[in-house]
Amino acid sequence: MSDLQTSWTGYLRADGRKGVRNLVLVIYTVECAQHVAHAIATDEEDTHVIGFPGCYDNAYAIRLMLALARHPNVGAVLAVGLGCEYIQPEKIADVVRASGRSAEWFFIQQQGGTTRSVNLGKQLVARMREQIRAETTRVPMTLADLTVGCECGGSDGTSGLAGNPSVGAFFDLLVDAGGRAIFEETVEMIGLREHLLARAASAEARQQLADAYDKAERYCKSVRQWSVSPGNFAGGLTTIEEKSLGAFAKSGSRAIQGVIRVAEAPRGPGLWVLDSVPDEHFMQFGYTNPNDTEGIMDLISAGSQIVLFVTGRGSVIGSPIAPLIKVTGNSATYRAMEEDMDFDAGRVLTGELTMAQAGRELAGLVARVAAGEPSKPERLNHREYFIMYKHQNTPALEAGCRA
Amino acid sequence: MATAFQIHAADNVATLLEDGAESSVVQVVGAGSGEIRLSNAMPRGHKVALREIGAGEPVIKFGVRIGHALELIPRGAWVHLHNLASDYDARSGSLDLRSGAPTDTSSAYV
Repeated sequence: MSDLQTSWTGYLRADGRKGVRNLVLVIYTVECAQHVAHAIATDEEDTHVIGFPGCYDNAYAIRLMLALARHPNVGAVLAVGLGCEYIQPEKIADVVRASGRSAEWFFIQQQGGTTRSVNLGKQLVARMREQIRAETTRVPMTLADLTVGCECGGSDGTSGLAGNPSVGAFFDLLVDAGGRAIFEETVEMIGLREHLLARAASAEARQQLADAYDKAERYCKSVRQWSVSPGNFAGGLTTIEEKSLGAFAKSGSRAIQGVIRVAEAPRGPGLWVLDSVPDEHFMQFGYTNPNDTEGIMDLISAGSQIVLFVTGRGSVIGSPIAPLIKVTGNSATYRAMEEDMDFDAGRVLTGELTMAQAGRELAGLVARVAAGEPSKPERLNHREYFIMYKHQNTPALEAGCRA
Repeated sequence: MATAFQIHAADNVATLLEDGAESSVVQVVGAGSGEIRLSNAMPRGHKVALREIGAGEPVIKFGVRIGHALELIPRGAWVHLHNLASDYDARSGSLDLRSGAPTDTSSAYV
């Protein structure tokens, strides 16, 4: 078994952050440019795509995309616009260049259509990829250099028994090693207000957690939607409180340092809660997280170089930018979907492993993926992404990404 | 014999680790012990009452209240949407007991 001294070689960015992949990111700025962006990335190694579907811009979506564009796993960016939309690919390229990364941009209308744009895009991607492969400084990394996010989805009765607690055991190891652990889904903390506040590392953190909890409860009440779905009920979960307890088990047992928002990085080592619930806004933008993929994007935007996804019932999704590692507490799900699932925490329920052993084994898997071993979703080229309209009040400049 | 996992000593429900047949006896493991006879068939991942729970009394899992009993739940009974309600979410009580599918938006599927 790998031990926690495990180290590997990563990629040093000009801003001092360290990545576990060295990617070119293609970003489209409106749905109309989506096909061209994907055509550019098709068959290109180490080239991922994200984009925003709307023609009208949204500060939250811009912050999210800029955080992803300057993610530690990203070395260079190509921004592609159609030419009519509000979000400006040139501005994205400027911000990315200011972070010390390479960036290019163009409008499809100015290039003369699809084929010319795809050809130009492929040239730019190839040139930047060659450059970051040749020029990026390689550095040793350990768990202390890692930010790992955890999301759960498709939860069943095993998620709270084995899947999430095994991540909790790993998070304790990660925090003790000096790393950063992030969990989110405050809408899946409903019913746990006192448990949550009791975990605060400081009075300030306690206040942040209380505010985030109260906002989540208000929000769920106002939209009449709690974070449980038909599959959860069929899997044996009956109430949001029950699901919350299972979801909260992924946090492990260490103190919570505070609350961050989407596109904000943790302000120091340790365990953090990510608040992805919309703030009050006259447009009442949508749901807190319409699907698992949006939650994963939020965790990546906070700088997670790797994300763990716990799913009792099984899921096939992956993610761009940061490798996704899929954990299930249900051994039957693992066997049925072994091609897609990375880690079988159900062995804890059969007595094959203790929870502490599961946490250490998961730490070993995270270190191997960080060292370059592809996770199952990476191997299958799963790179689902989801960036939608939402409103969150702009975070403080020192912590945000619009500086 | 199927097993049911009790997470916390204070729990009045346990989670089935395998499908359980009606009238079968399951072994309680984890924070509890002993055997219990299932009064209903129930799939893995679902909850069985470890003792009688009166109407309105809290249902406890993880040592924490996860909602309240809608009716008297006998020992060995399946605990789910038909007899356990969230203290927060009113909609879950209207979902289909087996599939969890919503029933209140059926009129939109035309």
